[in-house]
Amino acid sequence: MVLVVVLLGGLFALPNIFDQDPSMEISAQRDAVIDQTTESRVQEALEKVGITVKGIGQKQNGKLLVRFRSSEDQLKAIDLVAAELGENYTPALTLAPDLPDWLVGLGAEPMYLGLDLRGGIHVLIDVDMDAAIEQAAERYSGDIRTLLREKKLRYTRISREKDQVVVKFNNAEKRDQASDLIGNEFRSLNLESSDEADAFLVIVSLSPAERQEVQRFALQQNITTLRNRVNALGIAEPLIQQQGVRRIVVQLPGAQDPAKLKEILGATATLEYRLADTEHSVEDAVNGRVPPGSNLYRERDGQPVLLKKRVIVTGNQIVDASSGLDQQTGQPAVFVSLDGVGAKRMRRMTNENVGKPMAVVFIENRTTTRMVDGKPVKVKKRVEEVISIATIREPFGRRFQTTGLDTTEEARDLALLLRAGALAAPIEIVEERTIGPSLGQDSIDQGFKSVVIGLVLVMIFMAVYYRVFGLVADMALAMNLVLIVAILSMLQATLTLPGIAGIVLTVGMAVDANVLIFQRIREELANGNSPQSSIQAGYEKAFSTIIDANITTLIAAVVLFSFGTGPIKGFAVTLAIGICTSMFTAIIGTRAVINMIYGRKRVKALAI
Amino acid sequence: MQILKDVHLDLMGKRNIALIFSAVLLLIAVGSIIVRGLNLGIDFTGGTLVEVGYPQAVELPVVREALAKDGFDDAVIQHFGTSKDVLVRLAPREDIESAVLSDRAFSAMQGIDPQVDLRRVEFVGPQVGDELTEDGGLAMLYALIGILIYVGLRFEYRFAVGSVIALVHDVLITIGFFSLFQVEFDLPVLAAVLAVIGYSLNDTIVVYDRIRENFRKIRKGDAVDVINTSVNQTLSRTLITSGTTLLVLIALFLFGGEIIHGFALALIVGVVIGTYSSIYVASSSVIFMGVSRADLMPVKKEDGTVDDMP
Repeated sequence: MVLVVVLLGGLFALPNIFDQDPSMEISAQRDAVIDQTTESRVQEALEKVGITVKGIGQKQNGKLLVRFRSSEDQLKAIDLVAAELGENYTPALTLAPDLPDWLVGLGAEPMYLGLDLRGGIHVLIDVDMDAAIEQAAERYSGDIRTLLREKKLRYTRISREKDQVVVKFNNAEKRDQASDLIGNEFRSLNLESSDEADAFLVIVSLSPAERQEVQRFALQQNITTLRNRVNALGIAEPLIQQQGVRRIVVQLPGAQDPAKLKEILGATATLEYRLADTEHSVEDAVNGRVPPGSNLYRERDGQPVLLKKRVIVTGNQIVDASSGLDQQTGQPAVFVSLDGVGAKRMRRMTNENVGKPMAVVFIENRTTTRMVDGKPVKVKKRVEEVISIATIREPFGRRFQTTGLDTTEEARDLALLLRAGALAAPIEIVEERTIGPSLGQDSIDQGFKSVVIGLVLVMIFMAVYYRVFGLVADMALAMNLVLIVAILSMLQATLTLPGIAGIVLTVGMAVDANVLIFQRIREELANGNSPQSSIQAGYEKAFSTIIDANITTLIAAVVLFSFGTGPIKGFAVTLAIGICTSMFTAIIGTRAVINMIYGRKRVKALAI
Repeated sequence: MQILKDVHLDLMGKRNIALIFSAVLLLIAVGSIIVRGLNLGIDFTGGTLVEVGYPQAVELPVVREALAKDGFDDAVIQHFGTSKDVLVRLAPREDIESAVLSDRAFSAMQGIDPQVDLRRVEFVGPQVGDELTEDGGLAMLYALIGILIYVGLRFEYRFAVGSVIALVHDVLITIGFFSLFQVEFDLPVLAAVLAVIGYSLNDTIVVYDRIRENFRKIRKGDAVDVINTSVNQTLSRTLITSGTTLLVLIALFLFGGEIIHGFALALIVGVVIGTYSSIYVASSSVIFMGVSRADLMPVKKEDGTVDDMP
């Protein structure tokens, strides 16, 4: 059995000694497909400029993998391929192990290196849940306004206060009617009546279940949006994952430009389409008398304009956007497609309001944490600008265009952001860890060096101190290392720098079991027992001690794993794997070898 | 080869000296933690750190000036490992979002030499730092509770308490070391402290195992004698294992690179203290709690069957 484990271990550890090819991974966006034609197109384009392709082929996940002989070729190729295939394909740089086919067939892969070893960007994003709830309340206040108007129930005022919507009436009867109406229409809302001096109020808030739903949705929507944005950047193997109830982890191996990434991730630009309020005077509003149901906005040139509070469609309902030029005026424009709900609302509103002006509001949210008097304070900044006001010439629905942007560049950026989707709630980057590729390589080299040096030192010590038995323990130690690497490769667990440290530590501790056993054997021999029975007794008596000692260390490793993030988890994983493999190699492994050497023979003395 | 052959040192007889020694160490450690505090890394305090590598050696004043020109007057700048590598710690600024602080600082440093290589950026928001501090404390607590339960089940409650006393002793002294010498205490160091818990316990368990075995085997002598014999019997193993572990840790400390320094240092301190504590603290605290032979005798079969009766 020991032999089988060793062979299997060796087999799965094998991929780690092969070189990594600089490669490129091409993925298809939207309806584009990767097939034989794509493959030959890429190959031809590259060969035309004299870049040798080492290998090309489709991976199981449908992506096309192109291998190169050098990283210069790889860098040259990426621009070429991007130009050749166009917008619908994203090429990304990556490294691919150069494994022989029979190993690939077995499913063997090299260890998965963490960001701190291969270089890359890690960011932790916090989703502003208060804002998500407030946005939901804002949506409900619009819906309630529409409902009351439709049912001809006169209210004096609807306003949103933080996460509540307050509806004012001038008598109790209307208030109660409205309360029933709202309660029937929106079952997920909590209603509360309260009387003030001369006003009768309904205070509407989201039920706990609805709150949870809003938060869950905001997080999901943000993850989807961020994924779309990251995919557009062209990075191989991006990881975008929920962490806890309000955080998102984004990990981009190999990415090297944190500034650009943060710009793309953090941007929360979205559009809102609103009707202009033509019934009230803009001047009055500027002087502080903003009519209820409308808000005062400013155009890009500072011109004030009054818009209805009710939003026709928001960025959430945009399914696609592209940039181009308006065919009539030649101005930069963004062409927008809406989803079903958005299209229906747009059609109805434009139908009813032909000839009236409609405005496009560009909204950018930014949240930053500033230190005020030594305490972190969250500052939210919301930039709202009216980018265009145009008269509705004819009703429109699913597809339409927006003009009023200054440059084609701006139109293209906006289209990218709209296409990638809006964020359901503002986000803030609360942690960033970027590791440059040179540092990653240094860490691998230094880690490898310390493992080797540590290993050699311990091996020499054991061989000198326990002679033949020491050499057997050294074999077990080497086998232990192979097994750790094999298991890490099989599990595809992430190897981090602290993970390597964990391996180093395991090397030091793994001999412990053998030390325990060998000391016991020496004691038995000193007590005058025969060599064979001393070996027997030594292994038996040390066994429970070894188990007890290792289980307690395992407890510490499990605790580390459950609390730790990224690199620390890597340490816990290698420590735990190391403990398990070392018990196997140090007890069963050495026993097998020692039996081979001393078994079935009458030996007078042991070399221990 | 054998370093310690047939040792019969009166280790437990000197337990009062050890007690004083431990008490002094603990006093210094706790005192330093209270007075000087820990030099917490940005993992816990929050903040921004940028490491860059220049193609040639660079003078710190040049970097300082370049950063000051862009408004980073209070940046802390130091060489990291070599004179080509520079580590910059940035204070939060009112006018720049904290998340993009590092990008601005990096472009300022590109002004000196555009060939500069961005080696590492770490930005931790204040709320994340607070959470980590809390999680770290909790993790240590959970590890201790888990161990208390396991040792309590496998041995006896006094042994569990003894091992936890030894662990708290080791952890406090290791952290105290970091406080006294103001070595930066970051996330890897915390992980190392947790690993010290595992390691020190490993040692303690081996000694306890022998104590239990000897209580059942050796009929003469009082508890102190038995414990002394047990510690002596396991002494060479304890020293050898600690020795091999220290060997690899020193290799890690010397060759593992700058980032892993604190981690290796914490483990080295922890292993040294852990070795001492498994000999003295863990065993003598069991003596102080008055463990006797009867406590460790295997439960007789009859008792078990009686217990099972309704």
